Amino acid sequence: MMDKTIDLDIRRQDTPYSPPYWQGFSIPYREGHNVVSALMAIRELPITRNGDRVDPVAWEFNCMEEVCGACSMIINGHPRQACSTLIDTLEQPIRLEPLSKFPIVRDLMVDRSRIFSDLKKVRAWIEIDGAWDIHEGAPRISPEAWKENYLYSRCMSCGCCMEACPQYGPEKVFVGPASLAAVRLMNNHPTGSYLKKQRLHAIMAEGGISDCGNAQNCVRVCPKEIPLTTAIGELGRQSSLQLLRDLFGKSQ
Amino acid sequence: MKRPRKVIVIGGGLGGLWAALRVAEAGHQVDIFSLFEVKRSHSVCAQGGINACFDTKGERDSVWQHIVDTLKGGAYLANQPPVKSMCEEAPGLIRTFERMGVTFSRTAEGLMDLRLFGGVKNRRTVFAGASTGQQLLYGVDQEVRRQEALGRVQKYEWWEFLSLVKDGQGVCKGIVAMNLRTMDVKSFRADAVILASGGMGQVFGHRSTNSTNSTGTAACRVYQQGAWFANSEFFQFHPTAMLGDDKTRLMSEAARGEGGRIWVPKDPSDRRKATQIPEHERLYFLEDWFPSYGNTVPRDVASRAIWKVIHEMGLGVGGEDKVYLDLTHLNPGFIEQRLHAILDIYRKFHGADPVHEPMEIYPSAHYAMGGLWVDFENDKTDGGMKPGSPRNHATNIPGLYACGECDYGYHGANRLGANSLLSASFSGRVAGEAVSNYLKGLQDELQAVPEQRFNDEIARQRTINKQLTETQGKENPYTLHHELGEIMSSQVGVVRDNTTLQEALSSLQDLEQRSQAVSLRETNTWSNQALVFTRQLQDMIKLGQVITASALARDECRGAHYKPAFELTQPKDAYPGDPAYEAYREAWKQQNEKWLKTTITEQSDSGPLISFQPVDLSVLPPEEPRDYR
Ligand code: SF4
Ligand code: SF4
Ligand code: FES
Repeated sequence: MMDKTIDLDIRRQDTPYSPPYWQGFSIPYREGHNVVSALMAIRELPITRNGDRVDPVAWEFNCMEEVCGACSMIINGHPRQACSTLIDTLEQPIRLEPLSKFPIVRDLMVDRSRIFSDLKKVRAWIEIDGAWDIHEGAPRISPEAWKENYLYSRCMSCGCCMEACPQYGPEKVFVGPASLAAVRLMNNHPTGSYLKKQRLHAIMAEGGISDCGNAQNCVRVCPKEIPLTTAIGELGRQSSLQLLRDLFGKSQ
Repeated sequence: MKRPRKVIVIGGGLGGLWAALRVAEAGHQVDIFSLFEVKRSHSVCAQGGINACFDTKGERDSVWQHIVDTLKGGAYLANQPPVKSMCEEAPGLIRTFERMGVTFSRTAEGLMDLRLFGGVKNRRTVFAGASTGQQLLYGVDQEVRRQEALGRVQKYEWWEFLSLVKDGQGVCKGIVAMNLRTMDVKSFRADAVILASGGMGQVFGHRSTNSTNSTGTAACRVYQQGAWFANSEFFQFHPTAMLGDDKTRLMSEAARGEGGRIWVPKDPSDRRKATQIPEHERLYFLEDWFPSYGNTVPRDVASRAIWKVIHEMGLGVGGEDKVYLDLTHLNPGFIEQRLHAILDIYRKFHGADPVHEPMEIYPSAHYAMGGLWVDFENDKTDGGMKPGSPRNHATNIPGLYACGECDYGYHGANRLGANSLLSASFSGRVAGEAVSNYLKGLQDELQAVPEQRFNDEIARQRTINKQLTETQGKENPYTLHHELGEIMSSQVGVVRDNTTLQEALSSLQDLEQRSQAVSLRETNTWSNQALVFTRQLQDMIKLGQVITASALARDECRGAHYKPAFELTQPKDAYPGDPAYEAYREAWKQQNEKWLKTTITEQSDSGPLISFQPVDLSVLPPEEPRDYR
């Protein structure tokens, strides 16, 4: 019997400025491997299927528990977290590619800093007077409201939803589903809602909510099962109302 | 008018972001250096919750009780004034988090809910679903982003800290760091530096619940430049971690709390599936050895029992380092409802369903109680830590501060569950405030430090990189890391003895030699992860030596440090007043006299140098041994 192997085809790129190429690797089969641990095995012994000694594959990872969002990549055509993708659930050869919507740094590493600047653009924070105790907390929040908010608060800025979204990309200004969901979360906090108008204006501008084509791809790939399209729907209604208010000069 | 000063924060987890926030709020410019986007820091991994006394459950919980639990849980080894202040300020800290928008779980009345956590009697743990650490980090991250938008904070993500730069008086005046993409080495001036680099679980290889970037490297680098470590022998091992080749993942205490049973087959060569092994051929060792607690014994006791079954009795499942944690006898609907998060993580990462087959677990390095030594100023008026004092969280290098898991501040010999998110946040806030006041007292201009000092250090670091890239040794850095983990977890782990520790020290020295003779096998000059990793590996080996040397020095059992040759056992049927008990009490007192002190480790040419410092016991002097009966 042939020894069982795990076969991976990896799309590589040495620098942001060099052309991409593909390389195949085979590592001995081991029960329980996920994509990150398979990549770790390759980095320890980076020899291609053809027996060529090559530079190890570069990629990003940290928590290994699908909570830091670092290890997103395209696995057999789907954007997902490499650490929580078990080899045994995948068809081989496994094709690994970097996310395509972000600039490539090297191999499977991409530069996702845009996600964070978009969070700035939509003001995804609550304005507090200062990070000191004011001897009072935030107003009460009902368990129902909490339940909905909590769903959104788990977004780890992994970028999978943006990868899947046809409206998001390097040449486009659309902030993408995760930033919109962040607006939904902030607007629903009792004091976060004080900035609701500004946030709505931010997403009613260019690159905002009207760029969403409602393709629903985002919600299908989110590893944290965040109801992105529900958020976008809610924001759509709020934006329309805001528009009326703006037109007729009614204050919030 | 006072001019804004420049502060560098290294690390963007809870500790680092809190510190950055407070410094920025004081009007100074902050540069945050992080190995990755700060939102991906290890703080996100903490699931359980954060302690603060709110007493909203009708249990008459008190801040004093939180202090007592923390101090006793730490076997009295923590300096007491900082612990007192931390517990007193915990509710205010949580309220601040709440205002930042953290989605804490709610009661029917809309208040923050509290849950019960290990080692205490009252409900005192605030939580946000099963992802408290993630939510807390995001809360501060948002506020820091706002400061960034205001221009007060600048982030250097994808930069690795390499070393400090000091002025002629030995005062820290900046850092040298490496860009992890271009591999460029540069210097950055700063009036003060705050190190918040997190834990060091990776020293135990993949036998740790820590993130892969929790290497302790940054702390080890300042140690090599003269900063002291303290109490580094104290490492908490979590008994129920799910095995993995890449890392071990935490299975919360709740699995045992809800009725999970731990067992091994009586015959280690039994190859049958766990579910096919009949009841009488299983050894439920916790239930046998601790009839009154059974599977719910405290973390330490569970870890040691699992250790004993595997390493002393040779009964690990299938001859390997693992035991079963079994939920299959419980009602599936019940556990699905109560343990959803655990089942989820196990299914996801192990591909097996704990409802139908027992989970495989092993104790794993989870949390470093020890770390960089930091100072505090005693507040004479209330016995706590003096608010705002520039001495708080200062290391022994002037101008260098430390906070979060990389310091040694609050947990003594062992950490109470749900106190880690608290100490990370609290210490970050305190360090930020301390630094702001340190800056007030600074006279000289930052620009006065000669450029030469920075350039020399850059040159030194570039030489190290160049040498490593060019060395054509035969060692593989990744393989050496596995060996390091093996040494640390088998010889400096849950159970320790001096002969083995000596062996570990010499193995580590050997490993240190070999780590100089590596071949990176990576020629790319862009994002060269092998170079970065090898440098980290060399520092992890050094850290391993610090931990081992400290463990060797302490001849007693205290908290997480367990050396059975020096164990004091409570007499079984004797009570206070009985001669046997009084003799035990006397021995306990003598042990405290001898060992109730802080271990200090200092770098020297001949290896780690050990000394001891007294512990400040001014809040709750230890008078009684703990009695679990
Ligand atoms: S629903 Fe909108 S945001 Fe989501 S994938 Fe479609 S276009 Fe993108
Ligand atoms: S919404 Fe989901 S897919 Fe998108 S960034 Fe957040 S966690 Fe990732
Ligand atoms: S490594 Fe953190 S999400 Fe995969």
